[in-house]
Amino acid sequence: MEARILNDTSETVSKRTLDPLLGPALIKLDHIHKTYKMGDLEIHALRGVSLHIDRGEFVAIMGASGSGKSTTMNILGCLDKPTRGHYYLDGQDVSKLSRDELADIRNRKIGFVFQGFNLLSRTSALENVELPMLYLGIKTAERLTRAKEALGIVGLADRMDNMPNQLSGGQQQRVAIARSLVNHPSIILADEPTGNLDSRTAVDVMSVSQKLNEERGITIALVTHEPDIAQYARRVVVFKDGRVKSDAMIKNPRSAREELESLPPLEDEEDDDE
Amino acid sequence: MNLFLTFKVALRALGRNKLRSSLTMLGIIIGVGAVIAMVGIGQGASSSIQSQIANLGDNMLFVMSGSLNTGGMRGGAGSNNTLTPEDSDAIERECPSVRAVSPGVRANGQLVFGNQNWVASSGIQGTNEKFPDIRRWPLATGEFFTEGDVRTSSRVCVIGKTVADNLFAGTDPIAQTLRIRNLPFRVIGVLSVKGQNQYGQDQDDTVIVPYTTAQKKMLSITHINQVMVSAISPAATFTAEKQITELLRQRHKLGPNQEADFFVRNLTDVADAADQSSKIMTNLLASIAGVSLLVGGIGIMNIMLVSVTERTREIGIRMAIGARSGVIRRQFLIESITLSVVGGIIGVAFGVGASIIISKTLNWPTLVSPISIVASVVFSVFVGVAFGYYPARKAAGLDPIDALRYE
Repeated sequence: MEARILNDTSETVSKRTLDPLLGPALIKLDHIHKTYKMGDLEIHALRGVSLHIDRGEFVAIMGASGSGKSTTMNILGCLDKPTRGHYYLDGQDVSKLSRDELADIRNRKIGFVFQGFNLLSRTSALENVELPMLYLGIKTAERLTRAKEALGIVGLADRMDNMPNQLSGGQQQRVAIARSLVNHPSIILADEPTGNLDSRTAVDVMSVSQKLNEERGITIALVTHEPDIAQYARRVVVFKDGRVKSDAMIKNPRSAREELESLPPLEDEEDDDE
Repeated sequence: MNLFLTFKVALRALGRNKLRSSLTMLGIIIGVGAVIAMVGIGQGASSSIQSQIANLGDNMLFVMSGSLNTGGMRGGAGSNNTLTPEDSDAIERECPSVRAVSPGVRANGQLVFGNQNWVASSGIQGTNEKFPDIRRWPLATGEFFTEGDVRTSSRVCVIGKTVADNLFAGTDPIAQTLRIRNLPFRVIGVLSVKGQNQYGQDQDDTVIVPYTTAQKKMLSITHINQVMVSAISPAATFTAEKQITELLRQRHKLGPNQEADFFVRNLTDVADAADQSSKIMTNLLASIAGVSLLVGGIGIMNIMLVSVTERTREIGIRMAIGARSGVIRRQFLIESITLSVVGGIIGVAFGVGASIIISKTLNWPTLVSPISIVASVVFSVFVGVAFGYYPARKAAGLDPIDALRYE
């Protein structure tokens, strides 16, 4: 399976990887090591990962479980700190920051989209989207405007008062995407965003992601183990045994919007209330 | 993030689970309510005991003659006729801690008015003109007898309300002639209602006459049965007791090893003991109620701990999108303080209501003091902080990655 993708994509390798001296990247991982201690045992999750991501890229990160892709994602998301090596985000070395400083970085520079949506239950879509701005200390009026705007971008302007349990999986993931954009982050990290969705809804969520990337130039890093989902990105980085195994551009990424249009129209379950 | 916003976040979080929030508050509501009600009942009881004591008289001491001891047979208190009116005068004259004295002579006998007769259960009391002052017992109508009446052993009397009701139903007793032990007396006053004493005896069922009249015209005696003494202050009752004992031992020519032929009873002692026991009662009730408040606090801690576990994912989400640990800690702390303070305020209302209901239905006096209200509210804030701190710290210490992965 993995081999097939590599064959499809290996022709064009990211120019950034070839030439690391090309200006400051948005994200620069510099020989990142991550070691977990479990009793006497040392587990080397990452063994010197170097990676550059430029502004406006749409990168898929792939790999089997245990390959180090989740650890990389946690470090990229400033949820975890590398044991060795440096992580530059927007030119700032964030690998040695304190817990609180990392929280502020996550708040201002990173948007998260998770597999399990991770919305606050019994909290309306609007309030969920407002949450990151609350921690940034944005005034109520502006918070409302920006939250509504973000929900509009993901096509849920008419659902903002719904609770998560009144929304379908695809709609919940759109709310999560709106929440991830609302503080204008440098990058959106999507961790298996389609893992809990059926294939049609997955395509739908990917079309929202592609739209954000293409029309708004938002940088997206997408972790997935599904090769066909990775094909919506423009670059695929494959991890194996704690190292980057391959890093390649995709010549002709799939277009989720076109695929959606070609799919037979369903009983539109997306817009049905539960 | 400022405190106001954290407060808002905490309130929203509480509002998201109203049932759990209100059940948690219930512990504090019952705890604070119980403290307020129990302290109210205790203080009410204490104040009613104090008013009963005050009702008895003004810083009162009783001097009674001792028991008669002849040939091995002892007659009991008051059976020895050793107290004289001169002793009474000497006490008033020579004891600096004494404000006023009233010698007392007891008698029993039938009262007759017209075709009605009656035997007063509290008897016929011979005393002097200071009796209403010492006993704090004003007249309802008419007047009390004077020093002149005492000196001349006049046949005048003042009657209690019960006697007036039973003998003079429908007529004004003032200036009527009442026959006491077959002697005609002029009624000059009616005492106001005093009610029962603490032993249930009707204090209004009595007739008061000058003690000289009782001595000479009814009983043909020269001694008196007792002296009622009023000290200058509650504290002075103890020095008065000492002074009287010394004076009477001297007057009765008693040697240092001789047993006294009189005894002095300090009612303040009795009052103090009663007051003390009601205070012990109040403290006992308050500490039982305090235990329930403690249980309520532990309830809050328990729920907050469960809540931290149950909301681990929520905490992870909040941390992932940029909440600092301090913000999470404050949120949980504010949640627990809000629960305990709102619970405390409802509990105060509850306790005041319970006190009112208890005092109405059981006819118990209750006294809700502002101090107990303030103390309860302050204590519930303390409970909120004390029992909310550990769960809040636990929440703030979570690792965002683990918290996000928590199922």
